Amino acid sequence: MPVRISNGVKTWQRYDRASVLKQWAGWLATTVVVLFCWQLIAGATRWEFVADAPQQLAQFLSRAFPPRWSYMNQLWRPLWDTVNIATLGTIIGVAVAFPTAFLAARNTTPHPIIRPLALLIIVVSRSVNSLIWALLLVALLGPGILAGVIAIGLRSIGFVGKLFYEAIEETSIEPVEAIRATGASGMQVLSYAILPQVLPSFAGVTVFRWDINIRESTVIGLVGAGGIGLNLDAAINALQWSRAGMIFISIFVIVLLSEWISARVRKAII
Amino acid sequence: MTTPSALPRQRRWSPPPLIRDPWRRWAVIILSIGYLMVGLSTLNINWARVQRGAIRFQRMLAEFLQPDFVSRWGDIQAGILESLTMTVVATVIGIILSVPIGFGGARNLAPLPIYLFCRGLITLSRTFQEVIIAIVFVIMFGFGPLAGVCTLSFASIGFLAKLLAEDIEEIDPAQVEAIRATGASWLKMVSYAVVPQVSPRLVGLSIYRFDINLRESAIVGVVGAGGIGATLQTAFSRYDFDVAGAILIIIIVLVMITEFISSYIRRRLQ
Repeated sequence: MPVRISNGVKTWQRYDRASVLKQWAGWLATTVVVLFCWQLIAGATRWEFVADAPQQLAQFLSRAFPPRWSYMNQLWRPLWDTVNIATLGTIIGVAVAFPTAFLAARNTTPHPIIRPLALLIIVVSRSVNSLIWALLLVALLGPGILAGVIAIGLRSIGFVGKLFYEAIEETSIEPVEAIRATGASGMQVLSYAILPQVLPSFAGVTVFRWDINIRESTVIGLVGAGGIGLNLDAAINALQWSRAGMIFISIFVIVLLSEWISARVRKAII
Repeated sequence: MTTPSALPRQRRWSPPPLIRDPWRRWAVIILSIGYLMVGLSTLNINWARVQRGAIRFQRMLAEFLQPDFVSRWGDIQAGILESLTMTVVATVIGIILSVPIGFGGARNLAPLPIYLFCRGLITLSRTFQEVIIAIVFVIMFGFGPLAGVCTLSFASIGFLAKLLAEDIEEIDPAQVEAIRATGASWLKMVSYAVVPQVSPRLVGLSIYRFDINLRESAIVGVVGAGGIGATLQTAFSRYDFDVAGAILIIIIVLVMITEFISSYIRRRLQ
């Protein structure tokens, strides 16, 4: 235990001198990096715009609220599209992630060469945001709901696949050995020993991702991939702030609602 | 003793279904099929456009396979640097803001009004997708990375403060009582009984949030909040798939590197 002696008095200290110095060096390095980054950002900022930010915000809020409630009549369809994009996208994502996860899990992968390939699919899908997938698909398929569904699906593969294969790797080996001892084939081992163990967590992950996808699908319309984001984009471009306010409120409600449903379902499953 | 032929042959074992109640099971199945049919019918796919997309897809794949890092290197480099600096600054600001909000959002530490205020802030930040928050900050601060920094900082609150608050609510109360019994003030109680219990997880979460912020910093540029997103969107809308491919590869590699480092650090912390 490090003890410092000054003027003949022994003082207990938590760390010795070397680790204290190391800690200070770490803090110093972090501060320098953050300040350097801040300087770059400050240099790229027009401060005269920042100065009147409170006025801009007040102006925006006074124009957006109270919102134009009657505009809600035109929002039901985009909201329905948004929910559809999230749900169908989740289905696509889960459908692709399900086999991929079995290929990626260490204990179920058919061959050690296939495993890194499956992991690559998962990593690439996870690294690219659904908005970027949407940009790509709108360029390919043209604007519309289909691009949104596929974008959400592609992004979901990585998230769902990662959590699926981690669940598979955490399964207990005993049921597997018991089923295998009866002379079951590889497929039978999967469906009678592994699947029952992971199905509840699979269902939970799926509902969790659905709830995230609702949130994501509210914005992919900004790049033309359908849903309420299209209306938001139109309202902002036309500076119709009272409509934008209505859209913000509807997004808030729908996301809260989906989060509540997802939490309820997950509690029921687990 | 019975011979095997005397065993009831008709009774074959089958695994129990996921939903036990047959009424509820069939209701879920029928509703799902009904929803799928309605949902798929709203897609209204423009097959002619998809076909053109398929041709474009071949071109895109060919160009993705030979990414062009050179011709727009200036833009790419500036965008990536901006994304990285935004991530660093926003994560630090996010942590600084999240700690007090997280403490305020823990029911066992904060009085009810503060609790409700902090929880409201957390819900607000969690509900809106980063891009929507970015729109509001762009209205306030004008185009540029400062809006992005504010967006990511605000979005970090919803993640860090929520998990921190939940962590604090689950701490061991024995230590709090022990410190309180010595006559310690509230601040001393927090710093000696609460902080040591939650700080390892807070560090882990902060590093994880750095990852997420890097991924999100790649898209807030779509609405003008700085970073690589604007360059990427331009590349896609010009069908410069080779440039877009180069940017995507850089993003994926960067995300993979930070994810690797962050999971290494988090594993060492545990």
